[in-house]
Amino acid sequence: MVNAFDKLKASLSNTRANILGKISRLVGLRKLDDRLLEEIEEILIEADVGVRAATRLIDKIREKSKQRGVTESNEVIGILKEEIIEILSREGPALFPDNAAKPIIWLITGVNGVGKTTTIGKLATCFAAEQKKVLIGACDTFRAAAIDQVEIWAERSRVDIIRAQEGADPASVAFDAATAAQARKVDILLLDTAGRLHTKSNLMEELKKIRRVVDKAAPEASVFAKLIIDGNTGQNALSQVKVFTEAVGCDGLIITKLDGTAKGGVVIALAEELGTQVDFVGLGEGIDDLQKFDSKTFVEALFT
Amino acid sequence: MFSNLTDKLESTFKKLRGHGKLSEKNIRDAMREVRQALLEADVNYKVAGSFVKSVEQKAVGAKVLRSIDPGQQVVKVVYDELVQLLGGKAAPLAPFDKQPVIFMICGLQGSGKTTLTGKIALMAKRKKKKPLVVAADTQRPAAVKQLRVLADSISVEHFYVDGKGPEDICKLAVKHAQKNFIDVVIMDTAGRLHIDDELMAELEKIRQLTTPDEILLVADAMTGQDAVNVAREFHERLEVTGVVLSKLDGDARGGAALSIREVTGCPIKLASTGEKLGDLEPFHPDRLASRILGMGDIVSLVEKAQETVDLSEAERLQEKLLKSKFDFEDFLGQVNQLKKMGPLESVLGMVPGLGKQLKGIKFDEREIERMTAIIKSMTVQERRNPGMIDGSRRRRIAAGSGNSVQAVNQLLKQFFAMQKMFGNLGKKKLKGLPGGIMPF
Repeated sequence: MVNAFDKLKASLSNTRANILGKISRLVGLRKLDDRLLEEIEEILIEADVGVRAATRLIDKIREKSKQRGVTESNEVIGILKEEIIEILSREGPALFPDNAAKPIIWLITGVNGVGKTTTIGKLATCFAAEQKKVLIGACDTFRAAAIDQVEIWAERSRVDIIRAQEGADPASVAFDAATAAQARKVDILLLDTAGRLHTKSNLMEELKKIRRVVDKAAPEASVFAKLIIDGNTGQNALSQVKVFTEAVGCDGLIITKLDGTAKGGVVIALAEELGTQVDFVGLGEGIDDLQKFDSKTFVEALFT
Repeated sequence: MFSNLTDKLESTFKKLRGHGKLSEKNIRDAMREVRQALLEADVNYKVAGSFVKSVEQKAVGAKVLRSIDPGQQVVKVVYDELVQLLGGKAAPLAPFDKQPVIFMICGLQGSGKTTLTGKIALMAKRKKKKPLVVAADTQRPAAVKQLRVLADSISVEHFYVDGKGPEDICKLAVKHAQKNFIDVVIMDTAGRLHIDDELMAELEKIRQLTTPDEILLVADAMTGQDAVNVAREFHERLEVTGVVLSKLDGDARGGAALSIREVTGCPIKLASTGEKLGDLEPFHPDRLASRILGMGDIVSLVEKAQETVDLSEAERLQEKLLKSKFDFEDFLGQVNQLKKMGPLESVLGMVPGLGKQLKGIKFDEREIERMTAIIKSMTVQERRNPGMIDGSRRRRIAAGSGNSVQAVNQLLKQFFAMQKMFGNLGKKKLKGLPGGIMPF
């Protein structure tokens, strides 16, 4: 746990330097007034928190500092931290509900290039290490060499894979994988799907079909749709979550590539505006660079 | 694309137009909304701030306030500033005038580098040049194979040396190109974080070894505020010669485009608008600005049509159209040509005035597939003479194409209505339809 914490902290240090460094430099020198709050708002916006979420956070700071009679500008950070923790720790369903019938099926979705296949590799490794029996279904039959890519990950993490030819109907692969998952009594089936922009209605229909087929092929199974969001994404993430949720549901987010600069803000925007919960965060290209998301650890890492 | 920003600016200026005269306060209110819209579009907040300030200064000027239609004037100022911010004039790619011209493609993970490599190869091929794609992404599993599959699909040569590092592969590729009369070398590098010192050094080395003519940074149109940091870092280390904006076919507002150009001074040269290898367009700041403001993009449309439509064929068609002799054979040809132009949504989005009307209407490409299937289930005779299709033929066509009779009826009904419409148009003389595009 200590290691995990350090790693998250190190990865987010860029974000921290951006959000916190700037805010603390700011508050150290100034008295609490509207101009200061405006500047804090700008810093939040620059961290991709989004205009609306940032405005709401600032309103909260204003309100609470009045309530508590705060005049010291550096107490602002405490309030801000409290607020972000509150936004991020709204309770959602458990990652693996105790009563969930087996197999558990995760339908991994997302727009192009967010890191679906890589995340599946990491998830497979992570679950295999927990002594779970994992199966991967290679339903990205569209992108050139996507099947090979996920197959390499399956080999690395030593889990089985169900695949078909490139260009095959992804729903048929999903069907085979779901059937096999039941027959082989696996604990968790990870379905890799092709990246699709949420604005392409035909591709979203294809995704809906995959979900329908899975639900039908494995009526006893517990199917969860997980949406992958690139940590670099700006406010378009909101649109992605909305449309994917409408199409196949969204039981949790996985935010990838959080090891660059100025990130994490989008997580706050998503939680604040849509109440979507984050399950995992991706912090690098290594096979074990995926961490279960814990709001307290995340905010602590952000603010320590 | 960019529809929300357009909507916002439009509603803002609708309010402005309502006033007979503009006060400074009117403009300031409008500018606040412009700024908000820009921020929601992921435009870097510093860029948004300076943009709004400069527009405001110009708009508050006495000239605007006293002009006849101040609302229009403000729109013009916003438009001009937007064009300025996007780089003013279209920036062309390095000309293919020497052998070989070397392209280096770089960017973050998942921004679309490998696909862009394929797209540039196809573009070169269409210009009758001989491209070579180089797999210098030895990092991501199966990236080499992905590029090979793409290259094979357009019959382009693929270069990779097993067991060598990216630097050596690129060096060898250039040597290979010099020996084999290759016109364009496109090097696909691995995705990397701009703060990853080691991997950035690798790019510097490749640059040093191959002296590329174009170093293109691929930027995801959906990127948030961080786009500027990424672009700045890549630019500082590699002197990027141009930016390619990818995934512009989504609904991302593309604020990244506005900020990157402003902050790094790197021109945006290409726009990637779909998953097919043909979906690559030159980036035109003025056109994009007018698209943002909801003025449509008729120039791109005409250009696109000219590129894909056979002109003499188009003239013959126009003739037929106007004489109401247009038949299903021609219709099929039209559909095929339209498909060549790219995704229907992006084509229609370019028609001025249509952008807004299309909002909310989803274009299902499969609807077109259905129509095609119905037409293909007709005999040649039926296609040339749709009037002969009676009830029994309709049933046969429906069964043959796997559709209901109603669907066939509907298509025929639409077709006859269209034929009539064009007949009428013919009497009034039809002008201005670019290159024989069917407005169905």
